Amino acid sequence: MAERFASVDDVIERLRKVDYLADPSIAGVVYLADRLEKPILVEGPAGVGKTELAKSVAAATGARLIRLQCYEGLDESKALYEWNYKKQLLRIQADREHESDWAEVEADIFSEPFLLTRPLLEAIRATEPVVLLIDEVDRVEIETEALLLEVLSDFQVSIPELGTITGAQRPIVILTSNNTRELSEALKRRCLFLHIDYPTLEREREIVRVRVPEIDAALAEQVAQVVRSVRALDVKKAPSISETIDWARTLLHLGRHEVDSRTIGDTLHVLLKYQSDITRARKDLGVDGPPAVPLKR
Amino acid sequence: MTNWAKIPDALARYGTGRPPDEPPRPDPESLLDVLQGFVHELRAANLPVSMTENLDAMRAVEEVGLSDRALLREALAATLIKQERHRPVFDVVFDVYFSPFSTGIDGGPAGPDVGDDDAVEPGPGAPGAPGGGAMGELTPEELAEMLLAALMSMDADAMRRLAAEAVTRFAGMEPGRPVGGTYYLYRTLRRLDYDGLLERMLSRAVDAGQLGDDDLEQRFAREEMGERLRKLRDMVESEIRRRLVADRGVEAMARTLRRPLPEDVDFMHASREEMRELQRAIYPLTRALAARLAQRRRRRRRGHLDFRATVRHSLSYGGVPAEPKFRHPRPSKPEIMVIADISGSVASFARFTLQFVYAMASQFSKVRSWVFIDGIDEVTSYFTESGDLVEAIHKVNTEADVVWVDGHSDYGHAIEVFHQRHAHEVTPKTSIILLGDARNNYHATQAALLGDLRRRGRHLYWLNPEPKGYWDSGDSVMGEYAAYCDGAYECRNLRQLQRFVATVVDH
Repeated sequence: MAERFASVDDVIERLRKVDYLADPSIAGVVYLADRLEKPILVEGPAGVGKTELAKSVAAATGARLIRLQCYEGLDESKALYEWNYKKQLLRIQADREHESDWAEVEADIFSEPFLLTRPLLEAIRATEPVVLLIDEVDRVEIETEALLLEVLSDFQVSIPELGTITGAQRPIVILTSNNTRELSEALKRRCLFLHIDYPTLEREREIVRVRVPEIDAALAEQVAQVVRSVRALDVKKAPSISETIDWARTLLHLGRHEVDSRTIGDTLHVLLKYQSDITRARKDLGVDGPPAVPLKR
Repeated sequence: MTNWAKIPDALARYGTGRPPDEPPRPDPESLLDVLQGFVHELRAANLPVSMTENLDAMRAVEEVGLSDRALLREALAATLIKQERHRPVFDVVFDVYFSPFSTGIDGGPAGPDVGDDDAVEPGPGAPGAPGGGAMGELTPEELAEMLLAALMSMDADAMRRLAAEAVTRFAGMEPGRPVGGTYYLYRTLRRLDYDGLLERMLSRAVDAGQLGDDDLEQRFAREEMGERLRKLRDMVESEIRRRLVADRGVEAMARTLRRPLPEDVDFMHASREEMRELQRAIYPLTRALAARLAQRRRRRRRGHLDFRATVRHSLSYGGVPAEPKFRHPRPSKPEIMVIADISGSVASFARFTLQFVYAMASQFSKVRSWVFIDGIDEVTSYFTESGDLVEAIHKVNTEADVVWVDGHSDYGHAIEVFHQRHAHEVTPKTSIILLGDARNNYHATQAALLGDLRRRGRHLYWLNPEPKGYWDSGDSVMGEYAAYCDGAYECRNLRQLQRFVATVVDH
């Protein structure tokens, strides 16, 4: 790969160029993953930028992002490869007239032109730089995880009819998990572990300023403060970074340059998505009372 | 066994004081020693570390070197621990094993290149010696004043130096004294008036005109100051730890600091902080458990052979029953009744378990709950009405009518009243769970009534927060009750509770 990371600072700087603010721990693990050629398993609450990290690493290294979205019921024909059986059927039918040797036909229909590549195989066979994102890996059943093991440890795939296909290069592999279930030991063992939590006040403020460039520093600071306050409450779903950004944009559109309790009360539904959470936050932040303008929901 | 003497040696040689432009090449052998000791201690603290992970850690350290302590911490964490809830335990062990030793490191107060909180801390020379020379002459008032100023301006270097000085003066550490770090921590914090600092910082800010009297503004300021104070506390704690390590040696220190993982914390003896950690662990754990159970239920969806459907389907194969069809079993979610003793000794266990059960409510068709001490009261409505577990628990504590005579646990009376009022509502779908230590204060047990409840219901379980060895000692009548239960389980920590809930949903 041409564009490897030279140091941890290099990671921070290059991610910053693509508008991703990595804290030292994120940058450290990305650097290690690049060096040790090991996949990263990213865990953390929803909306802290796990998937975004993969996209940004791809953008920063000039690599193509190959994404495998996991879901319950994912199997190898969707994740790895599948034989194009319609094409195989056509080939066999076409052959009836020529009466050629069956062994020859068989060798033919189980060759590369009849192979449909799926994300994992595609990543292995890629010759240009790629970043492989395996998103929400906790959604597949524990048995399906085994599919990933060969890819993750040796970066190869064994296809019975073709043999083993080994990748020409070791791309950066990023797996994300929302921790809805415990992943298997075997999978974890093969990965570096990175936990991303909600950002600190300073980092969140910077993120807001980078993602909403029109915002002024004082408002960004206030936005970050309010969000920190709300997260500290015992709410069902704490605001994610993208919700923070949405909120900052909302404030700009409303033409507010300062956050007061009235504004918070009116726009809280951008940050919180459960009615019970909104009620709770209103009470706790002292913005109780009827909303000035009844908002349509 | 690891040669402990080598550790400071290895760290001194490859460690902390080198300029970054001369990347230290760790000598594999002594590095191996340090890491092996470290990993050994992690395992002793019950963190699973496999051979592969161990090797990865070695390679990671070779990549990042030892010069940047924060980076080293992240590298080791990424390779060695694979669950976030293990991180606090990891951090303590890391602090002990990779605490900056005084030997061979450029001494003196933090250098100019030390920026962030976790950078190398080249602390004062020998343990107990005054920190930055001139500081020894400060009066306590001046020290407090400087600390306040450092906190206000968020000067991390100054805070760290002052924390070290405060430990020197206030902790009263004596070599070889077998006291835990917590003791010194509280001594130091008390003398610093830690609890009063927040208010003082706030009033200082108001005086300086940085803070208005707007409620919201004050709230933000309070949160910010609270954050800074937590940082200060961490600094004091790590300073104490550093000195203790220098005094007693790495291995002994690691052993005293060994903390149980959140899932192993005993409900009955959890500190307030541990209890908070447990509370935070509830939601993710129940979610994970619910997902797993739902999946298992779905996969078991093969019932008895459906003869009619099979024959009908066979028509498309020319009458050959090639593909057998099965009935879908009816989805059977159990109905749960929880009866919890909330008298002082077991209160935190009961509250915690109630929260856990209600967080899992979606897995049951119906959950009802009662609490008792010597009187019994139904509290189901608290949970269903508010939809907020914390508030519901608060209501249980303040509003439930649980005292009948004297406020000492009376299981017999509680069971009797429950049986009288609700026995007819117990159906073959109902599982009853009793929570308590079965310490009955020598009242009548009414155990036979439990037997009747069990006959009417599907299952009857008892969860006891006491170790099995204590059962039936003193006024505990666990054995008598257990005879009428489908299962009596010891339930002292989250791990056991989780295992139990999984069993109930399965049956």
